[in-house]
This record gives sequence, structure tokens and C-alpha cells, in this order.
Amino acid sequence: MRRTVSRIKKRIDMPSQAPAERVGNFQEVALGYGPEDAVAEASRCIHCPKQPCVAGCPVEIDIPAFLKLIAEEKFGEAAAKIKEKNSLPAICGRVCPQENQCEGVCTLGKRGEAIAIGALERFAADWERLNVPDQQVQEPAKQEGKVAVVGSGPAGLTVAAELARMGYEVTVFEALHVPGGVLSYGIPEFRLPKEIVRHEIEYVQSLGVKLLTNVVIGRTITVDQLFDEGYDAIFIGAGAGLPHFLNIPGENLNGVFSANEFLTRVNLMKAYEFPVYDTPVKLGKKVIVVGAGNTAMDAARNALRLGSEVTIVYRRSRQEMPARLAEIHHAEEEGIEFRLLTNPTRIIGENGWVKAMECIRMELGEPDESGRRRPVPVSGSEFVLECDSVIIAVGQSPNPILTKSLPGLEMTKWGTVVVDPETMETSIPGIFAGGDIISGGTTVIEAMGDGKKAARGISAYLQKKARV
Amino acid sequence: MYRIVDKRELAEKITLFVLDAPLVAANARPGQFVVIRVDEQGERIPLTIASTEGGKITIVVQEVGKTTAHLRSKEIGDALADVAGPLGTPAHIEKVGTVVCVAGGVGTAIIYPEAKAFKEAGNKVITLMGARNKSLLFFTDELAQVSDQIMYATDDGSFGHHGFVTDLLQQLIDEGTTIDQVVAIGPIPMMRATCNLTKKYGIKTVVSLNPVMVDGTGMCGACRVTVGGETKFCCTDGPEFDGHQVDFEELAARNCQYVDKERLSYTMYQEKRGCGGRCHG
Ligand SMILES: Cc1cc2nc3c(=O)[nH]c(=O)nc-3n(C[C@H](O)[C@H](O)[C@H](O)COP(=O)(O)OP(=O)(O)OC[C@H]3O[C@@H](n4cnc5c(N)ncnc54)[C@H](O)[C@@H]3O)c2cc1C
Ligand SMILES: Cc1cc2nc3c(=O)[nH]c(=O)nc-3n(C[C@H](O)[C@H](O)[C@H](O)COP(=O)(O)OP(=O)(O)OC[C@H]3O[C@@H](n4cnc5c(N)ncnc54)[C@H](O)[C@@H]3O)c2cc1C
Ligand code: SF4
Ligand code: SF4
Ligand code: FES
Repeated sequence: MRRTVSRIKKRIDMPSQAPAERVGNFQEVALGYGPEDAVAEASRCIHCPKQPCVAGCPVEIDIPAFLKLIAEEKFGEAAAKIKEKNSLPAICGRVCPQENQCEGVCTLGKRGEAIAIGALERFAADWERLNVPDQQVQEPAKQEGKVAVVGSGPAGLTVAAELARMGYEVTVFEALHVPGGVLSYGIPEFRLPKEIVRHEIEYVQSLGVKLLTNVVIGRTITVDQLFDEGYDAIFIGAGAGLPHFLNIPGENLNGVFSANEFLTRVNLMKAYEFPVYDTPVKLGKKVIVVGAGNTAMDAARNALRLGSEVTIVYRRSRQEMPARLAEIHHAEEEGIEFRLLTNPTRIIGENGWVKAMECIRMELGEPDESGRRRPVPVSGSEFVLECDSVIIAVGQSPNPILTKSLPGLEMTKWGTVVVDPETMETSIPGIFAGGDIISGGTTVIEAMGDGKKAARGISAYLQKKARV
Repeated sequence: MYRIVDKRELAEKITLFVLDAPLVAANARPGQFVVIRVDEQGERIPLTIASTEGGKITIVVQEVGKTTAHLRSKEIGDALADVAGPLGTPAHIEKVGTVVCVAGGVGTAIIYPEAKAFKEAGNKVITLMGARNKSLLFFTDELAQVSDQIMYATDDGSFGHHGFVTDLLQQLIDEGTTIDQVVAIGPIPMMRATCNLTKKYGIKTVVSLNPVMVDGTGMCGACRVTVGGETKFCCTDGPEFDGHQVDFEELAARNCQYVDKERLSYTMYQEKRGCGGRCHG
């Protein structure tokens, strides 16, 4: 069966739904490799001695090793190899910005195309899910110590999985009715099917992690109460869920949403299946999405699938767009219009509903603190874009419910939590944090990397505590 | 699973449920609410915690659409898919002197725990209850028990004063009653009218707002309201605000965003139950 593949420079394309077809449904866009393609692609790895790819992965997956196993058609073993380091491989394979991470540093990328590491990780995880229904999990030796994890996003799930593997008793508390954080409420079905999120969370539970939904720490149970109930350490992985608005006139008109509201209605509450599902969503014919990160692309592509025409308005230029490259390509292919170097100045209403948006043209000035060139308005260049819905996707910061309930916790002026970068411990002994709540928003795999570090930090803390 | 352990019809289309929700009950305080989902296809809707006892919470629900109708169809022994809470900032309760509680419609259930708390904090509590007609009044005994004085108004004159609760409030003011604070909870027009009146006399007035919510934890911004010219998230900054600062017009407009879809959903539900809405009322 195996195709003979020499060390070709070009990667094997992953099949995907054609743009014209996929905008009419919510099914996954990228379809994944079949076994033959996976073997061929994995066989391209030259097993270069320095293996820069491994260091490019925040959770340090042994990439060459799992590629070799795929090349040898040992797909189950490849999945097991990945899971030694990453409990959520089917998710990461789909949503990591690989071009900036493992694939961005792959040696082959220097003279040709980098190995499709993400796609192969996805392949191995999917293969295992479909072919090995009951994965056996080894019971680790029990360790002294009980840990509470706040939030079930990638950071929380990773801490929980790692600590459970070490033998600690772990309970995850999640505010929403579904676990997964952004994986469940933010990233759309067509990019990350919820069935896959569910399956990987079940895997984490199979490691012995207890998971309680509908518990808002700081309200349902306070952190003090957790300590009183006998938890020895607490990890805060509550994410950065508080949506930013633009603070321009007209933002509370009917038809203006935060991306979080729009995405939650559609992804978590399944508004695209209204009225079978009870939660509605209402979009007009012409939708403007403000922003150009992953959140903006997801909102735009969801809106398109609900039948609207979509324009993205972004104040910087193409180079600065923070979204994953693949998502920007997909959005363009699907017919989303981009208005770059354009900034909204006010939203115009009629009878309480959005009717248009006034924008101003921008040009790039000197670099700012982030190193990106600062956009400055071109005076007198205002113009009006017709629209009947606006989705604001200009970033988010940590939700203050929990942090407000912890007066001693050291925070930055951006509302993120300060931690020791090695142990992930906060200014309060026994409380650790990681993921978007410390960074203000990065990536799934960075959040998982934090989770891994925190698990080591927590374990060291518990060992020390047990000795005294 | 959150089991229904008791159910009672209080008034026309208004039903009381007692739910088994020990974690919520343990930390709930007056003014806070839960977000519930009836089943796996259900919408998340906010409902105020009317009281707690042991590991149980009481909610009072008025049928206005699909979800509240579906909830009312549930019986003792059934379970709700989700109950999350307590959410929202607790009401600010302290001894101020005389507190007038103005309750309209289902707002009666929301105001009850607060009236009780104000009473327990040593205030004189005067309660003014309003409804469209007598059959919609409920919790009269409960509220009478925690009030020093209680008065009623119905739009059709079937019970108490013939007219609005605001007439009763005007009457109190005209009689020279010292009023240190007003708490007004009910339909938007009632809260707005109350605030217009108390503003004239400079009486501090707290209202509890009811915008559309999704998560109820500060994550979506669906519940944003304008208070004192600033955007607030009702589910975390509220639901209680200084009534004199609230932009009621915007709130009323925002609450109409989904009327067409809500109607569709309600009608389909009633048709499915095969009663055209006539039998459960
Ligand atoms: C729309 C969107 C698309 C994205 N796309 C990508 C992508 O393609 N690739 C990528 O790598 N990254 C992407 N990101 C970023 C990535 O999703 C986040 O960086 C990552 O999810 C952060 O993980 P976390 O565990 O820190 O927090 P989250 O995923 O935000 O999870 C936090 C969880 O904590 C819960 N919580 C909050 N407060 C409490 C409390 N008080 N008590 C209990 N629970 C609480 C929340 O409900 C939530 O479930 C995207 C983000 C968004 C919003
Ligand atoms: C903090 C708070 C406390 C509340 N407490 C109570 C209570 O104790 N008892 C009670 O009967 N009602 C209460 N409500 C109102 C209750 O949530 C709505 O009546 C309910 O959501 C309507 O759902 P529905 O599907 O039956 O009706 P729908 O047909 O969906 O809507 C009817 C109207 O209800 C409002 N509404 C719709 N969806 C929501 C939503 N997700 N969140 C909030 N409002 C919505 C809108 O104004 C809408 O026009 C409260 C609301 C808030 C915000
Ligand atoms: S987890 Fe992400 S960064 Fe690591 S190997 Fe997989 S795709 Fe690359
Ligand atoms: S850097 Fe690229 S070629 Fe080198 S081991 Fe990693 S995947 Fe293989
Ligand atoms: S309901 Fe989502 S922020 Fe208030």
C-alpha cells in the first residue's frame, strides 16, 4: 500500500470541503488525512539531528518519534506517544497556529515545506478515537494531596490531567453547563467539532479527574471555602472571557454583539439549529465584524454560514492580522470581504436598530510597544458602511468575578494575574494560575504549556507541604 | 441533576418551584439569581432566588414564552438539566430607616427576600403591591409578614386601590411619610414610573433590571445596560442599580430584540402540546 515517497519538498495537501459547499453547512472544513496520505507525509521527516520542532511545541511532544510511528503504520502507538505529553491531541492538531510553532521551525521548511505536524497529530488522534474505543488507562500510585481547578479550558484540563496522572485527587469546577472553555463556546463546530472536544474531555476524566459544571468559583463556592473543604492547592484557569467593546456611540443598539455573545449563542447554545434548540440568534443581511484575530475570523465565518454577507473591518494591515494563517485563507476563500486600515468611529441606528457604521481610514505610523506599527487616523477620511449587524471582536480580558473575591491576589494593570514563571504560583501561597488569565489571551497550546508547568509547580508544593 | 421537590401554582401563569440545589443554596443572598436550563435543547434563562432552606432554593416563574412555559410543565420529581448560581451582586441591605418596597407582577417574588432582609436589618418596611387584577396577586401573606404596612393596587380595581402602585407611593409621600429608600422591582414601565416620581422628591431608589442574558457570568455582554451614561453588565455589576441613573428606554428596546423568534418558539411549543396555549394557564 505504501507509496514510495522520496524526500520531496512539497507537503501532501489535506482534503477539505470546497468553499462554495462549506459555507452552506456547519460541518468541518478540513477533512483530515487518510492513512495513505498520513504515512506519505510522515515519511517526509528527515529526522534531522537537532529536531527543532520539539522545542517549537510548548508541550514538547516527541514529534520525530510519533512521525516515525505513523510512517510505520503504527497509528495507535503514535497516538500514545503524543499523549505522553499532550492530553488533547485531536484539538491541538486542529487549532494550533502551527506556522508559528512546531512547523514554523521545522528544518524542512527552510528549503521546502515544513512537515504537516498538526495535521498528522490530528490524524493519529482521530484514528485512535475511531479504532480504539476503550483506551486503557493505568492507575498511578496515589499521592497525598487534593487539588481544585477553576475552569475547564485547555489550561485547567491540562493541569487536571497531569496531576491525575501523578496520582493526585483533582476536581475541576466549571461555571458553564458544558466543559471546555473557548473550545466549547468560542471555536466553531466547522473548525473543531464538539464531538471531538467531548471525547478528549472524557479522556481526561478517564484519568480520574472529577468535573463539576454549573459551579462559579467566587459565587457558588469561594476560594476560602475550597481550602476549608480540604483542598490543598488551587489552580485558576478561568481564562479571559470579559469581552471588550470599542466605547464608541451606538454600541448598545439592537444588532450589536460582542463576538463572545454571538459565538456562545451559535456554538454553545446551537442557535444555528433554532428552533430545535431554544436559543435564537438574529443577524441581518449585512454583517460587519470588527477585528482580525481568531475570534473575528470565527465570528465572520459563522455569520456567513447563517446566510449573511460579511465584511471584516480592521484598523491595521494584513501583516498584523493576529489570526491563524489557515483561518484567514479560509475566510477569504469563503468570500468574506476585508476592509483593512479602517477603524469604526460610531454605529448609526434607526428605531433602535443598527443601520450603518461610520469608519475612518488609517495609516501606519511608528511601531508601538507591541512592535507593530501604530495605526493613526487619516483626518477627514470618514465614510459610512451600510450594515444591519455588528460583531465586536477586539479582544478580551480576565473576568473579574473570581479575582475580585481574592483581595490579596497580585494583578497587573491589565487585570491579569501575576505568577512566578517557573512554578506558576500566584502571590497567594497554594494558589496557582495559567492560561489566558495570566496572558490576557494567547493560544490553546500556550495555555496547555502553562498547565503543564503549573502541575509540576503544584506537585512540588504538595510534596513540600506533605513533609512539614 | 437538579430535582424539583415541590411545586405550587401561585397565581395565573405564576408557579413556585422548590429545587434541590445544595451548592447554590449554601451561598445565596437576597438579590441574587440562578441561570437554569430545562433540558439539553433549552435556553439559559435567569430566575431570582426567592428563598432558600436547607439545600433547597425556591424560584417563582411567570410564563411569558417557551422556556418559562416548558419549565411550568415540569412536575415534582422531574429534574432540570442545569441550575447555576448564585449569580449577580447581592442586594445592598443595611439599616436606613424606612424602606418602601414597590412590587409589580412577578417582581413580587424578587422583592420578597429583600423586604425580608430589610426588615431583619431593623428597617420599617412598607410594601406596595401592584398587579393587573386580583388573580395575579401572590405572596401577599409572606410579604405582609415582613412588612409593617402593606397596600395593594390593581389596574382594574378588583382588589385594593384602583390604579397603579405609583398612586400609592404618591399617597405616602403626600401624607408626609418619611421614606429613606425605595426598592422597585417589576415591569419596566412600572420601575420607570416609580423612578420618575421619586426623583422629584430626591428619594434614593434601587431597581432590579431584567435584560436578556446568556451566560449570566459576565462573559458575553448581552445583558449590557446604560447606567449613569456608562455601560454595565447587569449579570455581574447588577442586577440592582440606582434607578435614577438607568436608561430604561434602551433597556426596553434591547429586550425586544428577539420578539419574533421568541413568538415562533412559543407558538411551536404550544402547538406541539396540542392545546394552542389554552390549557396551561
Ligand atoms: C473565538 C476564539 C477562537 C480561538 N481560536 C484559537 C485557535 O484557533 N488556536 C489557538 O491556539 N487559540 C485560539 N484561541 C485562543 C484560545 O482558545 C485560548 O487562548 C485558550 O482557550 C485559553 O485557555 P484557558 O484554559 O486559559 O481559558 P478558557 O478556554 O477561556 O477557559 C476558561 C474556563 O473557565 C471558566 N470559568 C471562568 N471563570 C470561572 C469561575 N469563576 N468559576 C468556574 N469556572 C470559571 C470559563 O467558563 C471557561 O470555561 C481562540 C479564542 C477564541 C475566543
Ligand atoms: C436577573 C433576572 C432575574 C429574573 N428573575 C425572574 C423571576 O424570578 N421570575 C420570572 O418569572 N422571571 C424572571 N426574570 C425574567 C425571565 O428570565 C424571563 O421571563 C425569561 O427568560 C423568559 O424566557 P421565555 O423563553 O419563557 O420567554 P421569551 O419568549 O424568550 O421572552 C419573553 C421576554 O422575556 C425576556 N427574555 C427572553 N430571553 C431572556 C433571557 N435569556 N434572559 C432574560 N430575559 C429574557 C425578553 O424581554 C423577552 O421579550 C428575570 C430576569 C433577569 C434578568
Ligand atoms: S501541540 Fe501544537 S505545537 Fe505541539 S506539535 Fe502539536 S500542533 Fe505542534
Ligand atoms: S524539524 Fe522537521 S524534519 Fe526535523 S525532526 Fe522535526 S519534523 Fe522532522
Ligand atoms: S449575561 Fe452574558 S455578560 Fe451578562
